[in-house]
Amino acid sequence: METATYLTSMNYDVTLIEKEKELGGHLLNWEKLFPTMSYGKDVVSFLDKGIEMAKVKVEVNAEITDAKKHGDIFTVTLSDGRKFESDAIVVCTGYDLFDARKKEEYGYGIYDNVITSAELEAIFLKGDEIKTTHGKTPKKIGFVHCVGSRDEKVGNAYCSKVCCVTAVKQSIEIKEKVPDADVYCFYMDLRMFGMHFEALYKQAQEKWAVNFIRGRLSEACENMDGSILVKVEDTLAGKPLKMNVDLLVLMVGLIPSAGTKKIGNMLGLNFGVNGFLKNQEQHCLTTVSNIPGVFFAGTCVSPRTINNVFVDARAAALMTASYLNNYEIEKRIVF
Amino acid sequence: MNYDPFVLPFTIGSIVLFAILLYYYLTWISRISYKERGKIWKGIFSKKLFISIKEVFQESLFHRKIFRVNPVLGYMHTSLAFGWFLLIIAGTVESKMNSTKAFNMPYEPIFFKFFQIDRTVSAFPNTFNFIMDFLLLIILTGVMLAVIKRFYSKLFGMKRTTKLKPGDKFALYSLWLIFPLRFFAESFTSGVYNNGGFLTGTAGTFFAGFLPVESLSYIAWWAYSSALGIFFISLPFSRYMHIPTEVVLIFIRNFGIKTKKNNDGFAEIEVHACPRCGICIDKCQLSMSAITNTIQPSYFLQSVRHNNTDENKTFNCLLCGRCMEYCPVGIDINAQRMIQREKMLLGKKVSFDYLEIIPETKKADVIYFAGCMTHLTPKIKLAMVSIFRKAKVDYMFMDEDGSICCGRPLMMNGNDQAAQELIRKNIQIIKASKAKLLVTSCPICFKIFTEEYKLDIEVMHHTQYILKLAEEKKINLKNNNKTVVFHDPCELGRGSGVYEQPRKILEMISTLQLVKDEKNASLCCGGSLGNTELDYYKRDEITKDALAELENGNPDVLVTACPLCKKTFNKFSRSEVMDIAELVDISMEK
Amino acid sequence: MKDFGYTINKDRQIDFDKGDMRVAKFLKESEPTYNICFACGTCAATCSAGQFTDFSLRKTLTFIRRGELGETKNEISKCMLCGKCYLACPRGVNTRKIILKIKEAVEKYNL
Repeated sequence: METATYLTSMNYDVTLIEKEKELGGHLLNWEKLFPTMSYGKDVVSFLDKGIEMAKVKVEVNAEITDAKKHGDIFTVTLSDGRKFESDAIVVCTGYDLFDARKKEEYGYGIYDNVITSAELEAIFLKGDEIKTTHGKTPKKIGFVHCVGSRDEKVGNAYCSKVCCVTAVKQSIEIKEKVPDADVYCFYMDLRMFGMHFEALYKQAQEKWAVNFIRGRLSEACENMDGSILVKVEDTLAGKPLKMNVDLLVLMVGLIPSAGTKKIGNMLGLNFGVNGFLKNQEQHCLTTVSNIPGVFFAGTCVSPRTINNVFVDARAAALMTASYLNNYEIEKRIVF
Repeated sequence: MNYDPFVLPFTIGSIVLFAILLYYYLTWISRISYKERGKIWKGIFSKKLFISIKEVFQESLFHRKIFRVNPVLGYMHTSLAFGWFLLIIAGTVESKMNSTKAFNMPYEPIFFKFFQIDRTVSAFPNTFNFIMDFLLLIILTGVMLAVIKRFYSKLFGMKRTTKLKPGDKFALYSLWLIFPLRFFAESFTSGVYNNGGFLTGTAGTFFAGFLPVESLSYIAWWAYSSALGIFFISLPFSRYMHIPTEVVLIFIRNFGIKTKKNNDGFAEIEVHACPRCGICIDKCQLSMSAITNTIQPSYFLQSVRHNNTDENKTFNCLLCGRCMEYCPVGIDINAQRMIQREKMLLGKKVSFDYLEIIPETKKADVIYFAGCMTHLTPKIKLAMVSIFRKAKVDYMFMDEDGSICCGRPLMMNGNDQAAQELIRKNIQIIKASKAKLLVTSCPICFKIFTEEYKLDIEVMHHTQYILKLAEEKKINLKNNNKTVVFHDPCELGRGSGVYEQPRKILEMISTLQLVKDEKNASLCCGGSLGNTELDYYKRDEITKDALAELENGNPDVLVTACPLCKKTFNKFSRSEVMDIAELVDISMEK
Repeated sequence: MKDFGYTINKDRQIDFDKGDMRVAKFLKESEPTYNICFACGTCAATCSAGQFTDFSLRKTLTFIRRGELGETKNEISKCMLCGKCYLACPRGVNTRKIILKIKEAVEKYNL
């Protein structure tokens, strides 16, 4: 959205093609954002305002069935048959969340009280009360880090970056809503890489008494009353640990979205070793693809935080504009 | 008496060969246990003798199994083996009919054409000439194919063939030379005396036109005899030891002797019966997917024979059994690997005294053992519990809180004593439950329960059990409108011979798609616990290749019957992977 | 140095320089995936023997890395080689081969 806003403001003819019924992607599903605890919907409003003020042409409910390059012109075909021609394409197809059913031993989809972080966020967004499926208020809640990330056994060796700080954020939010509950985060590492993340972590421990246990879950089982039995090796204490939690939240990782794979294959884009799209150079050309005229913005290239997506989006706008104007500086980029 | 010095290489070679073979076979048979040797004695005087003779004809001469792999390959082996066999028989008959004496020298049939040069006094000269020349022609085509195969094995359907060591190559070349030299010897002699048939006679006349055939023929006979002599002497030390040893193996095997866990005489016979034909190389998935070409049975058994096997050759094997399916000699390769693993493994002492405490065992009719792996795929055990409940079975979940391993992983890696400890423990629990039937959902456990546990109650894999419940109408199955494909787990299919029961169940509830390599030819998922050497990149390749074949028809569900297969396939599969118990559970009338 | 009244109990301390690194070296040479273990503990959490004893593969490997081999022989003999740790490991460490190699090293170095 941001790239389209800026490009339109720079007087380019931009069409924003969105396959869902409204713009915003995953951001529409997040209630509060780390580390500021500001509302996701405020960011969405900011983006919407941009689209409105710049008067960007938007096509919603538009599924792309084909995308090709002939010479210097790109042709994009929609499912209803309409074709769009352009001189450049910016791919912002984003990510999907890891399907936690693949991690069968954690019980998602089998035991009732195992949910994903996205589902928890949806509960926050709707303003529902936090309750187990048996209707009682949970006394003990567990968060499992690295579900579908850093895991050879499901084919995703990389770190999804944002889930650790999301776990910290959500554990604070749960404590705000259910102050009497005990929250336990089961982690392998705590990746608090961004500014103010470490402070958030400290706040979780200090103000909200969130417990952090270093150990990776091997299995979860269900007890007769629906609570979840968790078996973990407490690596810091050096002993195995078992505990019963009323609710288990799985921090699912980010995977390349189905749309990313589809568009990438249609246009002949390079994919990186982890399945995301591959940019020309990871330091200086993060928004540039292997095909002249095709640019990337956002999480189709790798997991990103929202502030970085904004930076990326504006960079993509700039690179696209530079390409379209064929500035001298374009000669710096060698394919 | 017909004699000429040139017969010496052949004669000496034969005597030496006979002596060596006698020595080896007597030694090996003496190293078979006393009880088992009794079986040999009984077998000789039984119907099994004729069964063995029939098998010798079918496999050692006619090479039926090789024909199934590739017809041209089969013809090549048959033309040489059967052709040579018939040549010997026909030659002996020919020589007997033309002899005035009761006792002939053994070399007479071989060198018949040298000694009997006047065809006017021969018995049925035209008939015999035709037969002998025809057989020689067949063999020569076989030799030609064999030479071509060394360079273009792809023409024979073999991507890879055995890379031979110098000793084998030496024996190979002498073998190749035998029949061409016979051809030249007989042709040159025919050129002088005109005693040849349609092949040797014509060739002889042709050669006589421009070559000094008289002197050349004598040289050729020397060469022919020497080639035979050299081949015979190198036979026991090369891959061609398989020629006599395979015959011995077939007889002894049919009399009821099997490969056991120790390296006894029978195991030695098996090792020496490997012809290094190389068929196992292409069929091995480590070659197909993981580009590992040094560990296949051709090479492994060779290294065992020469006492220089290494860790990689011994342990880098999935124990999937595909090689055994295609081996023309029928060697029990998995058992041989486990014998070597037993020999090579260090640090076997274990202390399982922490298992001495047996928890209170509930009594029930049926005892269900989920297996270690099933705890990592909990949907399977939940489905089984649901099926037990719906069928109102009085069951007891043996390892609900965690399993004592069945012992097969230890056994597969060469630690039999440790496995026996675990077996002892588990048998105590099973006996204490007073159950009449043991059901398990893991094929690895199933195999060891049936083979090693010596239980006097019935043991079933859950596919067999579910079929039984369905046939006894204890559960009602209905169609779930899905297209499915079934993967035969190595330990259930080739390992235990259970192929039909899962298919019968699936045909009742879904549309079953066929797969290219199925039943006893099915591909291993790659997750096998039998291999400790393979790194996970190579395992992934094996998994992906197996999936490519299984998902070829775009099924809705890939049905497995093994928790390890399910977990392995889940990593890369496009379609949903379900255990058969899960599929049955959702296809039941409530 | 002023004596503040406490000492570090020498028996508890891992004296890294004096550690017996033979097994670690042997493992690093014979099984390269030993190096990529990051001690997350999933192996120990899922271990079959771990239900009955306090055997922890993570602990055993960590101690080997630190050169503390006192308990290695007793602990490693408890393993049933069932393979759950291999299936669970997120980094793809070849745990079963490492266990077999540790047993071999224990014999080899007469621990």
